[in-house]
Order: sequence, then structure tokens, then C-alpha cells
Amino acid sequence: MQGVSKIYDQEVLRVEHLTLTKGCIYGIIGPSGAGKSTLLRIINLLTRPDSGEVLYQGCPTPQNGPERLALQRKMSLVFQQTLLFKDSVWNNVAYGLKARGFPKAEIRERVNSLLEQVGLKKLASRGTDTLSGGEAQRVAIARAVAFEPELLLLDEPTANLDPGNIELIEEIITKLARQKKITVVMVTHNVFQARRIADQVIFINQGQIVESGATEQIFQNPQFDTTAAYISGRMVY
Amino acid sequence: MSRLYEGFLEAIRLIISFDPDLLTIVLLSLRVSLTAIIISTLIGVPLGALLGLKSEKKTRFFNKLIFTFMGMPPVVAGLIIFLILSRQGPLGVLSLLYTPTAMVIAQVFLASPIVIGLTTVGIRAKGSVVEEVARSLGAGPTLTAWTVIKESRFAILGAVITGFSRVVAEVGAVMIVGGNIEGHTRVMTTAIVLETRKGNFELAIGLGLILLMISFIVNSVLYSIQRGGENN
Repeated sequence: MQGVSKIYDQEVLRVEHLTLTKGCIYGIIGPSGAGKSTLLRIINLLTRPDSGEVLYQGCPTPQNGPERLALQRKMSLVFQQTLLFKDSVWNNVAYGLKARGFPKAEIRERVNSLLEQVGLKKLASRGTDTLSGGEAQRVAIARAVAFEPELLLLDEPTANLDPGNIELIEEIITKLARQKKITVVMVTHNVFQARRIADQVIFINQGQIVESGATEQIFQNPQFDTTAAYISGRMVY
Repeated sequence: MSRLYEGFLEAIRLIISFDPDLLTIVLLSLRVSLTAIIISTLIGVPLGALLGLKSEKKTRFFNKLIFTFMGMPPVVAGLIIFLILSRQGPLGVLSLLYTPTAMVIAQVFLASPIVIGLTTVGIRAKGSVVEEVARSLGAGPTLTAWTVIKESRFAILGAVITGFSRVVAEVGAVMIVGGNIEGHTRVMTTAIVLETRKGNFELAIGLGLILLMISFIVNSVLYSIQRGGENN
């Protein structure tokens, strides 16, 4: 990502340079309104930047057409507000696979195996409106990784969940990411969560990347006062 | 009061005995209104979905136009279609005036704005969120559009049923373009007007009861489906 900026009423994001390494888990931290979700949406090609360039494996992202769709299909995004389709759990998890035209037998195998992994096999035929918040979020994550994207983007995946579910979802994310070698970019307000599961941390404030680096380096030896203030909970915003 | 009671009894007898006159009128009514609502759905749902997914700012003028047409008086719609289909009109050469086809056209003209308008409102409620989720999961344009429509199906169903209720109970437009010709273009509403004027209250009440029954059945089905939607 080079020289990317996004303007709504005012500039909400300016990223001079950001490179993501394959197979890494990134934690994006920062106060509310810092531009974290906008950054995820730009990476996912849902939002077009007003200037700058997003490169994927060194190549510019196509502006339109099947090439853009093909690139979009290499990633998936789990939104902050979980939205599951009004259908069964099984059909929700199968959605991305069907969109990509996977053979029926493979869809069946992958969905069943994933539901087993996220502990929802018994709920496969249940309607999504009967699920608890934690179950719904597990379905959303299973749905996002079913087609094994190269890049998984998560926007506050454990917001509003109880500690038990937070732990379970963190475990699922790290397990799936390591097992399937998926690059993960997770936005979180919870600095402890970022420290628990991220390999690299990116701290964003007022639309700009203040600091990024290996998780322990950021937490133990932050280079900027704002980073130190944020991770220690002293930042007022 | 006794006239109403006697009319009611006679109406029941006509319904139970499958009176051929009554049956012809009812079947034509259903044929015309169902054809009209199917065509209106085919036009209205994609257009409503398109308007619902575009930003409100970009579609403001069209929305105002559609909402205006939603409240169009049936006699005005009938008059417009009459002028278009009359011999001197732009489509006069097709000789469609005073045919069931003309009645279908008039009803499509009335029902389409309702289906478009209510679909737009239903899809705007959460269509853009559904669209983004579908796209983020790799859905192409067709699957995305289908997903948005599927997720808004209960609102769309409401739009279609409202459109159907409007046309099946409508009298002004079909009277103008159909002419209320016996056995050819006479439908329930136009027959009720005629039979009332002639003093044949039995048939008029019978038709009125059937109209109410159809409305009850359609709304019961809608209610059940929408309740299903709450649990889905």
C-alpha cells in the first residue's frame, strides 16, 4: 500500500507505506475513529482510496471487471456487526464456496469439517436467528475461512462477547491461520488481545500509522509517546 | 337490513352452487390481476433493488417520481392507458382497447410503482450491508444482487401483496379500458358496480364476499410467511 488516502468530509486515512507479509497475524490497534476499519475496507477492495495505490503481490489492483473480482476472492472480511444470511448455519458457511463454484462434494466436506472445528456441527441445520452472539461470530469466521482465503480481515471479531467466547474465537483464528497459512489482519480495541495473538502490531492514530513492528517490541519498547500512552491505557480520546 | 341479509344468503347459495356467471367473473378477475402482478413483480423487484442499492442522493428524483405514481388515482391511470390504446393513440393500431390485455396493462401501470417503491424501501433498510457481506465473500454481481433480493424477501413479498391488493380491488381503470363487457372484460369490481345499479344485490354481495375472501386468503398467507421470516 503506497501513499493511500481516503477522504470523507475530511481525510480519515493516510498511509504512506504498508506491507503485509504472507502468513503473519497482524493486530491493528488504535482509538475509535482512527481509520482502522477504513484501512480494512480499502485492503478488501470494498472502498476505493482517493489517492495512492494498493498492490497485491507487487501488482496494482485492477479497477473493475473479473480481474478485480478474482482478486477479491483471495480475501475475506468479517465485519464488526455480524450479519449472517437468513438461512441455515450450514448454508451460510457454504456461501463463499458456492460463489466460487466449488464441486458439491468438496463443499460438503469443507463445511462439515469447519463446523466441527468451530464446535457448531450440531447446529448445522439451525436458522441463524437462533444463535447466540458467540455462535454467530463463530459462523461468520467459519464462513470467511471456508474457501481458504490468502488474506483474512477481521474487524473487531470479539466485540461484545463474553470472555469464554473471546478465548474460543481467538483460538479458532490462530489455529485456522496457522493451519491454513492464512495472513490475518485483525482490528481490535483490545490491546491485550492484540498482544495475545498478533505477530505484528500496527498502531494507528488520527488516520495515520504511528508505529508498527513485532508485537513484543511495540509493547515493551514503543518508540512514540502516543503508542506508549495508548497501550498503557493512558491515552485520552 | 333484511335486503342485506337476503342478499347475503343468496350470495352464499351462488358461491356454493358455483354459479357460472359468478365463476366467469371471478376467474377473469384473478387472471387479469395475477398476470398484472406477475409482470409488475418482474419489472418492479429488479428496479426497486437497483434504486434501493444506489445512494439516496443519486436516486432522489426517481424516488419522488415513483412515490407520486404509487398514489396515482386509478381513473387517471385508466385515462392515460385509454388515450394510449385508443384508435388515435400511439398504440391504437394494436386494437387492445376493451380487451383483458388492456386491463392488464392498466393494472401493471398501477401496481408497478407500488412494487418498485416498497421494494426500494425494503432493500434500503439493510441492502447495502448485505451487498458488502456478499461481495466480501466473493460473490459476483449476479449472486450479490440475488442475495440482496433473497435477504429482503419478506419486504418484497409485502410489496407484491400490496400491489396485488391494489389491483384486485381496483375499479376505475379497468372500467375505462375494459368497458365492463359481459363475459369478456367484466371483473368482480366492475360487476359489483353494475349489479348494484341494477338492484341485483345478491350477485353484488356474492362478488363482494369473494373479493373479501381472496383478500383474507392472500393476507393470511402473507402473515404466515412473514411470521416464518421472523423466526428465520
